[in-house]
Amino acid sequence: MNGLYYDVIVIGGGPAGMAAALSAREQGAPKVLLIERDCELGGILNQCIHNGFGLHYFKQELTGPEYAGRFIRRLDGAGIEVWLDTMVLELDGLCLHTVSAAGGYRVVRAGSVVLAMGCRERTRGAIGIPGSRPAGIFTAGAAQRYVNIEGYLVGRRVLILGSGDIGLIMARRMTLEGASVLACVEVMPYSGGLARNIVQCLHDYDIPLLLSHTIVEIRGKNRVEQAVVAAVDGDRRPIPGTEQVFDCDTILLSVGLIPENELSRAAGIAIDPHTKGAVVYENMQTSLPGVFACGNVLHVHDLVDYVTAESQRAGRAAADYAAGQRREGAELELCAGDGVGYTVPQRLHLAHLDKTVPMFFRPRRVYGTCAVVARQNGRQVGRFRRERMAPGEMEQVALPALLLQDDGPVTLCVEEDA
Amino acid sequence: MVDVAIIGCGVVGAAAAMQLARRRCSVLVLEAENDVAMGTTKANSAILHAGYDPEPGTLMAKLNLRGSLLAAELCEQLDVPRRQCGSMVLAFSEEEREHLRVLLERGQKNGVPGLHIVSGEEARQMEPALSPEVRGALVAPTAAIVSPWELALAMAENAVQNGAQLLLETPVTGLSPVAGGWRLDTPRGSYTARFVLNAAGVNADQIHNLAAAPTFTICPNRGEYYLLDKSEGDMVGHVIFQCPTKAGKGVLVAPTVHGNLIVGPNAEGLQTPSTATTAAGLAFVAAAARKSVTGLQLGASIRNFAGVRANTDRDDFVIEWAAPGLLDLGGMKSPGLTAAAAVGEYALELLERAGLSAPAKQSPVTTRRRVRFARLSAAEKAELVREDARYGRIVCRCETVTEGEIVAACHSPIPPRSIDGVKRRVGAGMGRCQGGFCGPRVLEILCRERGLSPLEVPQDQAGSYLLAAQTKQEGSER
Repeated sequence: MNGLYYDVIVIGGGPAGMAAALSAREQGAPKVLLIERDCELGGILNQCIHNGFGLHYFKQELTGPEYAGRFIRRLDGAGIEVWLDTMVLELDGLCLHTVSAAGGYRVVRAGSVVLAMGCRERTRGAIGIPGSRPAGIFTAGAAQRYVNIEGYLVGRRVLILGSGDIGLIMARRMTLEGASVLACVEVMPYSGGLARNIVQCLHDYDIPLLLSHTIVEIRGKNRVEQAVVAAVDGDRRPIPGTEQVFDCDTILLSVGLIPENELSRAAGIAIDPHTKGAVVYENMQTSLPGVFACGNVLHVHDLVDYVTAESQRAGRAAADYAAGQRREGAELELCAGDGVGYTVPQRLHLAHLDKTVPMFFRPRRVYGTCAVVARQNGRQVGRFRRERMAPGEMEQVALPALLLQDDGPVTLCVEEDA
Repeated sequence: MVDVAIIGCGVVGAAAAMQLARRRCSVLVLEAENDVAMGTTKANSAILHAGYDPEPGTLMAKLNLRGSLLAAELCEQLDVPRRQCGSMVLAFSEEEREHLRVLLERGQKNGVPGLHIVSGEEARQMEPALSPEVRGALVAPTAAIVSPWELALAMAENAVQNGAQLLLETPVTGLSPVAGGWRLDTPRGSYTARFVLNAAGVNADQIHNLAAAPTFTICPNRGEYYLLDKSEGDMVGHVIFQCPTKAGKGVLVAPTVHGNLIVGPNAEGLQTPSTATTAAGLAFVAAAARKSVTGLQLGASIRNFAGVRANTDRDDFVIEWAAPGLLDLGGMKSPGLTAAAAVGEYALELLERAGLSAPAKQSPVTTRRRVRFARLSAAEKAELVREDARYGRIVCRCETVTEGEIVAACHSPIPPRSIDGVKRRVGAGMGRCQGGFCGPRVLEILCRERGLSPLEVPQDQAGSYLLAAQTKQEGSER
């Protein structure tokens, strides 16, 4: 094994990894390595050929490949080494075991590491839909890859379970490719996707959205033949007698994304049970010193623009760490209170905060006019008005650092107007 | 005319084919599906039972014990994942503790080594995840876990390597006596054989009835399962059974050789075989399993599946002559998987007694070695990738399966014809993403290596098409 060393190594060449690598380099890290398991940079953006990317970051509406392309071009000549078609098999502290066809088995050491491996889709097995197990059941992202990258239509009569963004996007995509999309079935009383996707991908194509419904049985011997859909009660249990049968050959699942943290777990990094991503500090550092995390491996984002911003912070912090800077001293915990699903970051170094501390979270349900309130030991440290919030859309507040003290955890909660 | 035709290539048919192909006789295996191990063999608890369940003196008892020994040897020789992890039968009441003693006694009569009963406290020391309600357990150190479809594949491959002919997608539709043997009709033509082995699994009664008056009836019995993520794989170390009832061995919780945790099955009699899962069945399994292991994390499920037991109206296996030259190997309910290798051996013995001349071959192939990248040390991985760069390309990220392994499987004695065929051979797609990421890559490699078009590759069995059409072909097909 050879003694390769890089100041910053970024695992994953999607939008998060590319932004982190660029920012680490800009922050002065002399040697930056970006490792990507696919043969191209860009990650899942490459199959997202629809528009809607970049409105915040580039102030322009781009497609996924265009958004990725801008970062790929920035990487050209940035003095960053890129290993494509390379898998990281193991993260052992700041030492990575990698393998690739071109480079063989390589062990590399890093001054700091940025985790940017993205997420994967929940499958049928994870949600336990009963019935037979024929072909024709795809996660929406897998179907998206077949349609947009490989050039194959996965089916002709399609039912979509879950109203996550990829499912909504695929409802439109499949329609445009000539398939009939019969309905989008969502177990919750609200959609899990962006409001704009509900309008542009379902309403515009007259595809019904069945809220508080789920698939209770899949039928078909070799290929999907039918799906039985039923309404669910407040506890998400199917209501007998409400069954309706859809004749379809394809079921697309858009039932959630799971940060892909097997590498992180094996490395001993603390994982937040709510985000399924690492527990991080304000600078995106995980519980393992020198290892940072950003993008969908940290928490599932709604917009790639926010992934970019978060990853730039992680990249800069990783470069600082590799250059010997440490954040120490008093720590604060950030907690999700009433109505808040999770917070990122989950911890703060009190002595190392900027003027404001950006805090990301998702509400647990749909809210109308309300206030997001941060409190520390009963003391209000922030109050932010919102007209509307939904679980499908990530929220951000900026806590004033001046008001935070070494005085126990900060709790974020939602308060509805009386 | 071949010497022996075998109908069905599940674990029993494969075991018989392997035994026969190592002798000097001609062997033809006819399998209805597009791969071997497509029935009960691929969907069961994956246990090599110690042998305390069957009544002493039955074929089941004899073949269970012999089969478990043979399977251990075979897995070693043919490089099949097997781990002797031992099993425990739990008792939750005084009545069940009494039943443990019955099992102990029966096991001792059957010659099962090492059986002993421990207290609830001792059981929990051995398995901390066990419920506080456990009052005692029967420990069977010789019980093992295995990859059932890999065992069947390995034996079938060995048979093919030793000269057996395997025809897939060749269901037998007619079976009639001819001079000196039998004629087997299939949609692909007719074949003749001196002897026929009926190893048709849940269809064994139908095959029997093609040629002889009914003597047994298969009563298909479905069992539903959860397969949990590897994060749960070490929840228990032993196979954890509950006390058996008339319905079967009950719901178990066990590690798998692939590192997952398997939970199931229930037992439900069916009119016609079905491998569909049901909400009620899965709920029953969940509740029953939590009785043994209270903290079971079923939220970590990566797949539900169901298998069909080839139960019959008899208590024992049905291994007998249906007609002269036609031997039934039917009713292979539990411990059918464990017994399979011994059933193959026993079938050979019965055929020889009936006049088959099958002297030993000079030097048949008896071993197999495969590369499993994920199991190699760092140095071995490095060496392998230097020799063949395709082992440096990880295709299945969840199970760490390389392109090299998939290519090797595509050129194995029984190459895969489907995406799931690749999965059964190398594990790609078996993990937590269930092939969501690697599916397109597996398809590409399979098509490249086998000269297939993506549109003709099924997900699994024939007809389970994956892709409907190429995009942007409007008007050409619809």
